[in-house]
Amino acid sequence: MGVLVLAELDNGTLSPATARVVAAAAKLGAIDLLVAGPRAAAEAGATLAGVAKVILATETVLADGLANLLAGLAPGYEHIAAAASTTGKDVMPRLAAQLDIQPVTDIVAILGANRFTRPIYAGNALQTLTDAQARHVLTFRASAFRPAAGGNAAPIETLDATVASAARFIAAHRTESDIPDLATAQIVVGGGVSVGSAEGFKLIEALGRSLGAAIGATRAAVDAGYAPNDWQVGQTGKIIAPDLYIAVGISGALQHIAGIQGAKKIIAINTDAEAPIVKIADVALIGDLFDILPQLTAELEKRGLKG
Amino acid sequence: MKILVAVKRVVDHNVRIRVRPDGSGVETNGVRMSMNPFCKHAVEAAVQLAEAGQASEIVVVSIGPKASNDVILTALAMGAHRGILVETDAALETLAIAKLLAKVVDEEQPDLVLLGKQAVDDDSNHVGQMLAALTNRPQATFASEIKLDGHTLEVTREVDYGRETIDLALPAIVTADLRLNTPRNAALPMVMKARSKPLAVRPAAEFGVDLTPRLVVESVAPPAERAAGTTVASAIDLADIIVADVNEMEAI
Repeated sequence: MGVLVLAELDNGTLSPATARVVAAAAKLGAIDLLVAGPRAAAEAGATLAGVAKVILATETVLADGLANLLAGLAPGYEHIAAAASTTGKDVMPRLAAQLDIQPVTDIVAILGANRFTRPIYAGNALQTLTDAQARHVLTFRASAFRPAAGGNAAPIETLDATVASAARFIAAHRTESDIPDLATAQIVVGGGVSVGSAEGFKLIEALGRSLGAAIGATRAAVDAGYAPNDWQVGQTGKIIAPDLYIAVGISGALQHIAGIQGAKKIIAINTDAEAPIVKIADVALIGDLFDILPQLTAELEKRGLKG
Repeated sequence: MKILVAVKRVVDHNVRIRVRPDGSGVETNGVRMSMNPFCKHAVEAAVQLAEAGQASEIVVVSIGPKASNDVILTALAMGAHRGILVETDAALETLAIAKLLAKVVDEEQPDLVLLGKQAVDDDSNHVGQMLAALTNRPQATFASEIKLDGHTLEVTREVDYGRETIDLALPAIVTADLRLNTPRNAALPMVMKARSKPLAVRPAAEFGVDLTPRLVVESVAPPAERAAGTTVASAIDLADIIVADVNEMEAI
């Protein structure tokens, strides 16, 4: 009895989150990786260490279709896992209820085959639990795990199943950018509402470019229209765990802190020395971001850092 | 059209929670409680559909201790028509909650069930999806926009890459994201009126659902404290630190 992992795709290609989920799931057993997408994504999945076999299925994009597909394969597996992405969150609880299993989601640490740690209360508490069920439906917070190595050449099996969905896909509204993926980036620069405007966010983006960093934003900055929704970092947005997080003009509301608690190092640039973000930062620079950012970006560019 | 909205009573999201010293959980005694913020978005969406003449009845349901009456009253004050409290003092897992809600759906036969995308206490983000599976209905999670056209619902969802639009036939299950709407504050006359709206209290045991937990929570602990930080004086000093960090990252 092995582990069935649902591969995370982004626009038809294998997302970097998949390598992290595979690394996490490999602690539980040999992995069969289900890729519901193009053959090229399955080929990319086959290179990941820990994958015994790739199962390639006809593309199904909606939750009930994916849940049905997984439910069909489920009898052969003790663990069924996915990333705690919007897809994983959409599909896995549905699958779990279909199988009459209580899922364990957003896992940040694996302590044994059925012992896991997950955050609750916006990351302000960590719950350690034992899943006493015979079979397990799990999602892993990708940012909490290092990616699996490449170099594998697992066989690819094609699954001959078409799965209908009761809902119908109409349109994708994709935020176009060449900025690294927020959920898996090593460096993230985040901007808050103090940045003042969408124009002001260009300063954040410029600093990000000088470091090859992904860009994040607080809920207030997104609500104010300075940054797109999918840049939102926090309890209700993306949860990140980069090596370095640079928080610019962010006061540090509980909700935002929940999204960055996994960061190895936090640097805060803020006018207010008493801001909660400054209290948790490893390094703080107190001052006006409009003065500091251009200087800092120029300085980093001068030193030829591009991430 | 009839809408069922599920609401949960949680520790108010502005409260800085305290983990009990014995690791048995989070202190909830004497702590301010309120309706889970995402549930408020769900109630608001239902009320807006009613105001647009697209819904004729809004039933609000909560599962929990007697005190959960207060969040049902909040929903009634916002404009829901009647309430159901499925009363239990047990701490229920999301699967048990979804099973109880499925029984309520069986009884009430709503065309649309609205829930919040997640509760801010356990942060599970399960119940809407599980209810959709148990009632064999299509689901639209993380909704930021809902348009109803006859028996078809067009929903725009907040997803990792941006937004996506799907459509689904009623009856369906929708979970609300925070950008769906701005929940109203009920005016005092509405709060007074809410007290005269029907509210049925039903013991959870009445529904014949096995509520036995499947997971054993061993401990609840606060996250590791971060070591105290330092302050630098200038952008140049900060650049030095960032360059050193990046070099170290590349070395690994």
